[in-house]
Amino acid sequence: MGQTLYDKLWESHLVHVEDDGTALIYIDRHLIHEVTSPQAYEGLKLAGRKPWRVDSVVATADHNTPTEHWEEGMAGVRDRFARLQIETLDANMREFGAKVYFPFLDKRQGIVHVIGPEQGATLPGMTVVCGDSHTSTHGAFACLAHGIGTSEVEHVLATQCLITRKMKNMRVTVDGPLGRGVTAKDVILAIIGRIGTAGGTGHAIEFAGSTIRALSMEGRMTVCNMAIEAGARAGMVAVDETTLEYVKGRPFAPKGPEWDQAVAYWRSLKSDPDAKFDREVRLDGREIKPHVTWGTSPEMVVSVDDAVPDPEREKDAMRREGMERALVYMGLTPRTRMTDIKLDQVFIGSCTNSRIEDLRLAAAVVKGRRVASSIRRAMVVPGSGLVKAQAEREGLDRIFRDAGFQWREPGCSMCLGMNEDRLQAGERCASTSNRNFEGRQGTGGRTHLVSPSMAAAAAIAGHFVDVREWR
Amino acid sequence: MDKFTVLTGLVAPLDRANVDTDQIISKEHLASIKRTGYGDALFGRWRQAPDFVLNQPRYKGASILLARKNFGCGSSREHAPWALMDYGFRCVIAPSFADIFFNNCFKNGMLPVVLSEAEVDRLFHEAAAFPGFRVVVDLEAQTVSTTDNAKTFRFEVDAFRKYCLLNGLDDIGLTLRHADKIRAFEARRKAQHPWSF
Repeated sequence: MGQTLYDKLWESHLVHVEDDGTALIYIDRHLIHEVTSPQAYEGLKLAGRKPWRVDSVVATADHNTPTEHWEEGMAGVRDRFARLQIETLDANMREFGAKVYFPFLDKRQGIVHVIGPEQGATLPGMTVVCGDSHTSTHGAFACLAHGIGTSEVEHVLATQCLITRKMKNMRVTVDGPLGRGVTAKDVILAIIGRIGTAGGTGHAIEFAGSTIRALSMEGRMTVCNMAIEAGARAGMVAVDETTLEYVKGRPFAPKGPEWDQAVAYWRSLKSDPDAKFDREVRLDGREIKPHVTWGTSPEMVVSVDDAVPDPEREKDAMRREGMERALVYMGLTPRTRMTDIKLDQVFIGSCTNSRIEDLRLAAAVVKGRRVASSIRRAMVVPGSGLVKAQAEREGLDRIFRDAGFQWREPGCSMCLGMNEDRLQAGERCASTSNRNFEGRQGTGGRTHLVSPSMAAAAAIAGHFVDVREWR
Repeated sequence: MDKFTVLTGLVAPLDRANVDTDQIISKEHLASIKRTGYGDALFGRWRQAPDFVLNQPRYKGASILLARKNFGCGSSREHAPWALMDYGFRCVIAPSFADIFFNNCFKNGMLPVVLSEAEVDRLFHEAAAFPGFRVVVDLEAQTVSTTDNAKTFRFEVDAFRKYCLLNGLDDIGLTLRHADKIRAFEARRKAQHPWSF
């Protein structure tokens, strides 16, 4: 019987299997950031252990770094706890080392899930882990990539392996061309709306079909990034020409004869035609519209031309209660048209949507217009220093600034609001990030997840608009 | 890591589905470089409401959290189990858990127990009906029982995880027993896929 892409990645990294199926898999790439690593390095030190393979580690500070005041250097980090974490990472890098480290203020610093692929440090066929659930992003390169806890960070540092069990195989197939104004973000929100936030629990999801094939690597990363919001630790897409084109010439990509040898192997990284999946889901790409979340879970999502749902029409009592609680938190009334929802802030950024293509999409919508006066703050936070520089070469920063957007330094920023970039209580935000949980972007803040073009259009109009009608 | 063998404890029922790790421990408390000191911040925002379950005197001292489906969804932050442990919980019972959270529990001497929706429902009823409702969680026997043994529910747990938890074993030490195998694998991989190194 044929193998799935996940089966192949699993098998090629299997070091040891216990009788009960508990396995040791070898980890090729270990991404490290300042928030989930200090306790792991401390654990290593306390036990007198050394990292197994330092050159598997790629590190950066991204989660709580500020996105302004960089000219002040470390003094620009106003929060003393954030500064301690950033300095602790610096110290751990000095003591233990890494293949490459992009510290705070480095021009290549950025969100760990943006810089891995950007540097070619994420390569097809690798196992990639990071103490961050959005590590699933790297699956866009046909990697087995998933988030781990801090104890596992320590375990991988010490042994180069992860103790885990084989997940089930799930395939989500999306076919057909996407309509005008519909993006990868809408595709993944539509998938989550269909299968729910626990729909992929226990599974590795392969995203397939002509819609996925037609996406750029940036788009595929957006889709895989939010596999975790569908409950799956890992999402992935098979290798094709788009993958190879993206990887070629990146700083850590193989070169010369090694490139050819790698490509020959990478081309095998796809599911066999007769591979069997434990679960299959199909969506019609032509039917996907721009999506907006209305609640406090990514599965609480509707099309932009739809309205806030009415809990009274929900039969399941537990779900109804969840909807009611979400509506109270979000300050929304059932049956309100999504396009009637007014916003206070707009955030374009995060490991989901802060790459150059995302910024181009948003800039195309914004060009020559002004942010609505009712918007208290609209900000663009590029995913990395290199994305920022590229955008500036293309003049995108001018388009955003002229429209009234703030153009910030790279980092995770308001996706999780660990730095100063936050919503105030009661504020409503159109956000290109990945989680709309209660308080995610600031205590009492209300988050609506959308694509970069939808966020940009909402900033101009002051409320949600159907970007398909944007002229 | 602390051993987990038999736990007899007061049950605190948290009657919401899809409880995410941002609610268990919010981002304001992630900026620490320690594994302890998160207990006060557990469910911080919800605890501001006076009637929240953990604010009710009858659940003071609870060591077993009863929850609904998809508990622990969202971020990979291990601060979530650290906060639960620091508060005093050693066991969470729910119909389902998010994968990363589930895994993180075992690394910290905390046992996540999956029971059926019906069984969990029943425990919710009991916890609501009887102040001081306690259960016995026996990892060796893989059972959750009422203290009078009137009801016993069986749960599944991977043999390896069970072994580690029962003995309080450091899994890095266990993995390093296979160091030769890891080295051999690594050498093979380096020869075949040098670009991965």
